[in-house]
Amino acid sequence: MIIYGTALLAACHLLGLFLGDLLGSLIGVKSNVGGVGIAMLLLIFARLYLHKRGLLPQETEQGVAFWGAMYIPVVVAMAATQNVVAALRGGPVAVLGALGAVVVCGCVIALLNRGGSQQAWQPEAETPQDPLA
Amino acid sequence: MQMLEKVLAHNGLVTAFLLVGIITWLSARLSRRLTLGRVHGSAIAILIGLGLAYYGGVLTGKQSGLADISLFSGIGLMGGAMLRDFAIVATAFEVQVTEARKAGLIGACSLLLGTVLPFIVGASIAHAFGYRDVVSMTTIGAGAITYIVGPVTGAALGASSDVMALSIATGLLKAIMVMVGTPFAARFLGLNNPRSAMVFGGLAGTVSGVSAGLAATDRRLVPYGALVATFHTGLGCLLGPSALYLATKAIMA
Repeated sequence: MIIYGTALLAACHLLGLFLGDLLGSLIGVKSNVGGVGIAMLLLIFARLYLHKRGLLPQETEQGVAFWGAMYIPVVVAMAATQNVVAALRGGPVAVLGALGAVVVCGCVIALLNRGGSQQAWQPEAETPQDPLA
Repeated sequence: MQMLEKVLAHNGLVTAFLLVGIITWLSARLSRRLTLGRVHGSAIAILIGLGLAYYGGVLTGKQSGLADISLFSGIGLMGGAMLRDFAIVATAFEVQVTEARKAGLIGACSLLLGTVLPFIVGASIAHAFGYRDVVSMTTIGAGAITYIVGPVTGAALGASSDVMALSIATGLLKAIMVMVGTPFAARFLGLNNPRSAMVFGGLAGTVSGVSAGLAATDRRLVPYGALVATFHTGLGCLLGPSALYLATKAIMA
């Protein structure tokens, strides 16, 4: 049943956010600490566990895969709800602060990614399929 | 016409699905026709989204972009934290555990760097523009981490509301720059495997910026970046009003 997959996803989501809140209040922070990350880890472990026991038929997987595929559309919707006007009204301090942070971090990312031994992934399939699929 | 409007407004979330579908279709065509596929369709879709957000903000004078127009209120639900997090968690299904474990340590290191470096840049620029008191410097510096860390830190330290607004604006601009810039800088950043995506997630900050930036670069990298980035706001909120504030105070004294 597809709903089993979605329900599994929902359970991981809620438990992760709850643990994130709990972690936040334990260390005295007024925010959720890594709730989504914890939820992702829970889902990864749940998949490994269920897969090993053969409890993960393809239909159940589809209940999760659908939401994973809805991810980019959701991000587009998220972009459409940003407070762009306020961001652009911040003036030079905001612009320079943001730009400086992005440039500095970008250089460090480039540095770190050049350092380690690693093999590049094959670029995404060149077939002209829908890039948003 | 009025009847159609009523149907659209009463079925907000469904209207949002349709609207995003149209945006996606349009940007896929633009990607192929105008840029011969060189600019990823999702990057264009995100840009269109930001443009619509600007339009909505100008039209209504409110804060939630297009979602403040009642006809498109459903876009607020679709792009809100609930569905965003639900979809991000779902992408974890595709994570290869060995890859993620290999990069765990460097992911954590980049997370710490990604908190401290933007803070230093933000606080220095605030100082250069005449915000010389420690609270304002800390708040604006925290805003350069993410736009949630900024106001949380500012509220904890009692910063003035204009400094808070500035700090949020800094964080929002950073998120938007990451969203838009990542696909163009992907080669320079070396973004082509799970490890690099985790480094990116730690350093670039903000779940929204990282997830959108990676989505527009290579969809398969999203879960790795998001896995690290999700700890960004929490770490920033932890360090901002405490360690970073005290360090700034010690340096300025």
